[in-house]
Formats: sequence, C-alpha cells, structure tokens
Amino acid sequence: MTTGMSDHSADIAPADHPSHPAELARTAPTGQLPARFENPGLPTHIPRMADLDEKAARRAEKQVAALFGLSILGTLGFIASYYLVTEHGSVFVPGIGLMRAENLALGLCLAVSLLGIGLGAVHWAKTLMPDTEVVELRHPLRSSDEDRQALVTTLREEGRKSQLGRRPLLKYSMLGAMTLFPATLTWQLVGGLGRLPHNDLSTTEWNGRYLGGGKWQFVPKRLMRDPENTPIKASDVVIGSVFHVQPEGVLDMTEGKLEAKGKAAVLLMRLNPSDIRSTKELDWSHDGIVAYSKICTHVGCPVGLYEHQTHHLLCPCHQSTFDVTNDCHVIFGPANRPLPQLKITVDSEGYLISAQPFEEAVGPSFWERGS
Amino acid sequence: MSTATTPAHQRPADALRDGDTAARPAPSTGARRLGGVAGWVDDRTGAAKGVTYLMKKVFPDHWSFMLGEVAMYSMIVCLLSGVFLTFWFVPSAGETIYHGSYAPLQGIQMSEAYRSTLDISFEVRGGLIIRQIHHWAALMFVVAVSAHMFRVFFTGAFRKPREINWVIGTILSLLAIVEGFAGYSLPDDLLSGTGLRAMEGFMQSTPVLGSYLAYMVFDGPFPGSAIIPRLYSVHVLLIPGILIALFTAHIVIVALQKHTQYPGPGKTEQNVVGFPVLPVYAAKAGGFFFIVFGIIALMSALVQINPIWGYGPYDPSPVTAGSQPDWYMGFADGALRITPGWLEFHPFGYTLSLNVALGALGLIPVMYTITGAYPFLERWVTGDTREHHLLDRPRNAPVRTGLGMAAMTAYGVFMFAAGNDIMAVLLHMSINDITHFFQVGLFVLPPLAFWVTKRICLSLQRRDRDMVLHARESGTIIRTAHGGYFERHDGIDEFERWPLVQHEAVAPLELPAGTDANGVASPTARSERLRARLSHFYFKDAVNPVTPAELAAAHPGPHEEEVPALEHDADHFVGIEQDHADGVGAPRH
Repeated sequence: MTTGMSDHSADIAPADHPSHPAELARTAPTGQLPARFENPGLPTHIPRMADLDEKAARRAEKQVAALFGLSILGTLGFIASYYLVTEHGSVFVPGIGLMRAENLALGLCLAVSLLGIGLGAVHWAKTLMPDTEVVELRHPLRSSDEDRQALVTTLREEGRKSQLGRRPLLKYSMLGAMTLFPATLTWQLVGGLGRLPHNDLSTTEWNGRYLGGGKWQFVPKRLMRDPENTPIKASDVVIGSVFHVQPEGVLDMTEGKLEAKGKAAVLLMRLNPSDIRSTKELDWSHDGIVAYSKICTHVGCPVGLYEHQTHHLLCPCHQSTFDVTNDCHVIFGPANRPLPQLKITVDSEGYLISAQPFEEAVGPSFWERGS
Repeated sequence: MSTATTPAHQRPADALRDGDTAARPAPSTGARRLGGVAGWVDDRTGAAKGVTYLMKKVFPDHWSFMLGEVAMYSMIVCLLSGVFLTFWFVPSAGETIYHGSYAPLQGIQMSEAYRSTLDISFEVRGGLIIRQIHHWAALMFVVAVSAHMFRVFFTGAFRKPREINWVIGTILSLLAIVEGFAGYSLPDDLLSGTGLRAMEGFMQSTPVLGSYLAYMVFDGPFPGSAIIPRLYSVHVLLIPGILIALFTAHIVIVALQKHTQYPGPGKTEQNVVGFPVLPVYAAKAGGFFFIVFGIIALMSALVQINPIWGYGPYDPSPVTAGSQPDWYMGFADGALRITPGWLEFHPFGYTLSLNVALGALGLIPVMYTITGAYPFLERWVTGDTREHHLLDRPRNAPVRTGLGMAAMTAYGVFMFAAGNDIMAVLLHMSINDITHFFQVGLFVLPPLAFWVTKRICLSLQRRDRDMVLHARESGTIIRTAHGGYFERHDGIDEFERWPLVQHEAVAPLELPAGTDANGVASPTARSERLRARLSHFYFKDAVNPVTPAELAAAHPGPHEEEVPALEHDADHFVGIEQDHADGVGAPRH
C-alpha cells in the first residue's frame, strides 16, 4: 500500500496558494504532493486510573476478587440445590410463570459459578493487566525462492528415483489398484446399509394379505378408528366429521406397525354427494363418505388439518392444500399430485370396508412410482 | 509510506517502552519449581521456544473478533454437555412402555430413545439442565458461526492469504447445521420424527435413485429401527470428528497467518497491533469461555427449549400444526414451502420431483458452493493477487457489501417463508398471500437489498470524504472584518483522519485488446471481456479516498466568497486562514 508515497511530506502545503481551488487542481504539480496520506502511527497511550492510582488498582483488585468469590458461592449453591431442592417441585417466577425448581436452581447457580470466573478474569485483564498495544511484525508467508525451488527439485529428483515415470506398467497398474480398492469398503457399506425397495413404496396394508415375494392377494379390510381400533359404521360418519383411519389389523401388529401406519393412514370424511364434483370420487365413495390417503404427496407429512366449511385438507408441514370436493386435487402449495383415494364400500354388518387397494403409490414422489 | 517510518520503535506508544528491560530477580522457589517442570518437558520435547513464541503472540482487539470465539466456545460447551448426555441416552428404536414420573405419558408405548430422553429430563438429577445447555449451545454455535462468517465476508478477511480458511469455515458451517439436524432428530419425539419423515421424502425425490437411497439410509421402509442408532453414530462420532479436525486446522492457520486487523493509526499490512497472549488474552479469552458458558447456563435455567414431553412419541399418522425445525434448518424448509408444485414432471412414465429436489437437495449445495467460491471469484474480477492483512471497512467495498446483503436477504426470504403458517395465524393474513409474497420477494428483494446497500455505502464514503475535506460544521458563523460570513468547521486530527483516507483508490480493469499485433483474436478474449464487465460492475461507481492534493485544493484559504477580498488585502486573512487550516488538520508548513 505504500509504494506510491513520496518522501516530500514537508511539501504538502505549498507556500504560494493559488487563489482558486479549481485553479489549484489544474496547476498543482502532482509531484509536489504525496499521492496518499501518511500513516500517523500509533496514538499516544492513555494510562488508566489503575495505572496511575494505587487506590484505583486496589479497588479493581477487590472487584475481581468479589467476582471470583461470587463464583465460589454459585458452586456451593449448585451442590446445595442438588440435595435441597425437591426433584419435581415447581416455583413461580414473576414474568415467566411456573418453572421446575430444580432446573432453575441448578441452572442459576451454574451460571453464577461460571459468570463469576469469566467476568472476574476479563475485569482483571481490562483494569490491571497491561493495556499498552504491542506491535508484532508480520513476515511474508511464502518461502524464499531458493526453498521453493529446492522443494520442486527434491520432488522431481527424488521422485524420479522411484522410476515411476519410465515404467508405465508400474504406473498404470498402481493407478488401477488405487482406484479400485475403495470399492471394497464402499461395496460393504452400500450393500449392508439397507435392502432394496422393490415395490414396497407402491403397496400398503390395504393391498390385502401378503403372499411373499412382493405379491399380495386383495382382501377387503375394515376401516378402523386410530387410535381406538374400532370399526366404523357408515351411519357414524356425519357430514363435517373426520376420522383418522388405519386398515384392520395394523394397530394390533407387534412388528412393523409404524412402517405400516406410515403408508396406510387414511382420512375419512363425509360430504354432501351433491358437493362432490368428480364422478370418479363419487363412484369410489359410499354415499358421500370418501377416504383419502393421509400421507402428503409432497414429502410425506400427515395431512392433518381439515377445514370442513371449504372441504380443504391442509398439510401442516408445507401448507399444500387439497380440495376434497374435487378428488383432492392440489389447489395451493408445493405438492403436485392429488392425494390418492381409497375406494370404499360397506360390508354386510354396515361397517365401512375397502373395495380395492390404492391404485397408485401413496406419499412422496419417487422416480419409478409411475404416474 | 517510506520504509524509514516502518520500524515499530518509532511509534509514540513504543517510545514508552524504550529502555524497558526484563526484570531479572533471583529465582524464587516457585520459579525454580516451574523451571524444573518446564525443563523436564523441554528435555523430552524441545517445546520451550515454540511455547514462548506462542505466549508472546500478539492478537488485535476488536469486538467483532469475538464472534468466532463465541462459536468456538459454544462448540466446546456442546462437546462437554454432549458427553454427559451419552451416559443416559439410549439410541434405540426398541419399543418400551413408559413408567416414569411424567404422568401424562404413563403406560404409553414409545421408543427407548424417547423414553431415555424423558428420563434425562425427569429422572436424572440435573439432567434437564444439561439437555437444555446442549440444545442452547448448539443454537448459539450456529448463530455465532453465521455471524462470524458475515464479519469475515463484509470486512474482506477472506482475501489472500486466507482463502483456505474461508473454505474450511464454509465446510464447518455446513457441518454445524447437519450436526444440529442429526442431534435434534435423536429423541424420536413427534416433532423430530416429522422432520425425519420429510427428510425421507427429500431422499425419495432424488432422480432415478431416490427410493434406493431412502431404503439404504433407513434400512427399509420409513421409519424403521435403523435411523436412530445411525444418526447417533453420525451425531456423536462422525461429524464431531470432522468438526474438531477442521476446527483445529482453522485455528492453526489463524495463528500461522496472524490475525487480520482493522485499519487505524499505526496499523499497517506489515504489522499486528494488539495484546500478547500472556497475560492479556489468556485472561480475556479464557474468561470469555466462562462468560459464554455462563450465558448458555443462564438461558438454560430460564428459557425452556424443545420440551419433547409435550410432543409425545413419534407416530407417522398424527402431526402437530405449526411444525417448525430449529432455526438454522428454516431456510431449507422455507425453500420447500415456496417452490411451486408445477415443478414436478412426469417424463416417460417416471416422476421427476423438482418441486422437492430443488429446495431439499439442490439449495444447500448451491448455497455453500457459491459461498466457498466467492473469494476466488472476487480475486479474478478485481485482479488483486496481493496479500491483505488490513480489513476493509464494509463501506469501502460497496459492491461486495451489497452482494453480501443480497445473499442475506435471499436467505432471510427462505427462512421467513418457513414461518408462513405462524405469520398467517399471528397477523390474521391469508397464508396464500404470504406465500406468494415470498415467492415474488425471492426475486425482487435481493436485488433491491443490493442496490440500497450499495447506495448507502457510497453515501457513507462520500460522507467520509466530506469529513476529511471540510471536517465538522461547528454551527458557528463568523463575520469577517469586511462583512463576509463563513461557518467555522471544527477540525479532525491526523489520527481521526487516517481511517477515512487509508484505503486504496480503485478503478475498473481495462479491457485488453481482443486481438494481438497481427490481428489474431486472443483465445481468452471472451473471458477477458466478461472479466472487464464484472470489474466495471464492481468498481464503476467507486468513491475514492481524499488525496493530500485534494485536501490542499479544498483549503486554499478562507471561503470562496472571500476570495475577491483576498486579492485586495490578503494579509488580513492570514489569521483566519491559519485557524481554518489547523482546524481541519491540514498539513502544516
């Protein structure tokens, strides 16, 4: 930054001022003035009270000692609270409300214990330790040209002794071996981490009975209330009500229950059949009772919010909004596909049952889901 | 500056130490003992010289240099409290029935991870305070890392030779948010499980490989029982290991390159002005660790964080309204909320879910790549290949500062978009309108922020020039003997002036000739043209610092209206002229 600066700082204000600034700008020969101002150097150090007055220094010493003393009190308080404050008691703190007494007491004592040390040390440094600025010179980071040349020479000369350059067989076989060897560990990791999805993502418990080998046999299943695990009579579903539903058997599962619930969850709502604008939706409903997958087609959150005035379903995660009157098409938000509908009917006892599995994969999109 | 003025001992403050000699009293018992231990170690390591050097190392002082320290200390608090938590946390999805002391969850089926987190909160004495310290420290870590990055960016501290540390810092910042996400997903409560559910959806949106990737990470269908122990090993071993290694490199490089400093009197590119490690920084920085820890403890005592007992155990079917991730994941969540659904395509019977992939998989890599690459980009555009140890005042780099503010604004749009549902409820506004506002805002607000910031910077630079040229208006009107009037300007001295004039004048790069002497087109002409255009964009509006010539030109004598009088009778104004010149700190004869 300093190369352009001349040594003529004494000439900054020439004795014969031109009478007009513009004239000066035109006439002042640039050689007379440095191109840039000169760094004035460190300002004079101003001593602190504690540097000049032993009384002030004593005062600072006492303040620091008091802070350290406070820390000791905090530590003792922490140990005392550990034994004395009841485990599940609560205490009213103005401005905050009821708080767990144990957490409050231990936390505050810990904070005092730590802050006493911290504030004490910083106050000590600021009042009693030297505050005269020290100047340390920087040295160029780069090595000298000789050292750099020596490195290059060493790498080349010594490297040449390996004969890598003139034995291509060695070079390429080594490259091959080094490139391939990570495959061993990667293979283990990728192979061992998880199994293949096959058609898992496209099937749910509504598909019926699992035969093994990715094959299912359809059996109608009753729609069960979640979490009560009771079947639902068509007559129980009144307009404006909404039921959280799982297929029969899922809530009794001992293994894989969460995985099954995560795919099979369904929302059951009743609409006035004349409000339903999609003929397919009406066909798949039972007397205006419609069942839709509860798993959002965006990233899979449960679509939990039903506005029964407008018949809109809203996903609380990213606000995709689905129109239940029109086959759950997306009317707002980042989702693209409608929620899949589950075709339902009633069995001989009047309970709602599935009439066929979901026709498409539920939940978030994936490459091979088919569309 | 000529080399004659560089030696440190010519500065006024150094003069105070002239003649100081280290005191050499007879060694006390304590000193002999210390010497004995140090000798034992040095016999075996030879570390005496290096340790002495480190103890005397000088660090410059500024409040903004504390931000990196806050990050470092909150990371240490995280490590410490995290070790405590591992003694009680059970990283398992195994099913269990709750029989602890929290009555509302009695008899409920849950995972061992969730049960053990409840136990840490209710059964382990002081367990809750450790848990809250861990979570608050993690939040503070990410806040401090971000603030530290902004400080480094806006002051140009990333310039040569510190590009490596900028890249390391960028990676650290990315790791910090991944580490945070892995950590808050571990308790397996309803909120964190919903976050994991969304993450599984993100993975599924990967073109071609999505379902395979998701099944690999979760070992089968979501949620499975593998994700909790896997996240645990990532959270307590893998990422902390990389974090600590990179952080160590970060600190070693800072020590090696010596810290940057703000421009000011006595500070040059060739020196570091500040305080030595022993005793000042040992006490200040050491004490500051306790202050940061103490403030985290205070927050953990007073402010509840992540009350997982209120959410219940994870179940893929229910959900709570207003599901929000921790703040540092907000920007990614917000990006998902404002990406329109029509970005999902169905080519040839396959599903390409860009409405998810852009925000969930693309945003973070793009954001961090741009961040990491910025120093190299700026260096190419400005053509500045020198080392920089003096920081820029943000106003003196208007385009960089503007770009930084534009980036922050874009980030802010993403982050606040993640709160669109909360805003809709609190402000009684339509969530659709709020979402549309953010969608438009993403494209409108960052350029606006750039323009406004750049204008503010240029204005501040002009004010600096004005201050140097005319100093402060005193409000005192002086009437001259001849009946003229002028306002007296109070002066600034050379120490006040220096920070306003120390920076370099800049100009756009000239476009090199596209052809050589023989009329052959240069192979790099296209990239050089781009470079010249970008350089023009960076520097075309530059307001350069006042030069001594300009200052002298601004103070030829009394005010302009007095000039005719001067011609008649210059002697009368000598006094005024002198005062005036003194006042603004104009160089003397």
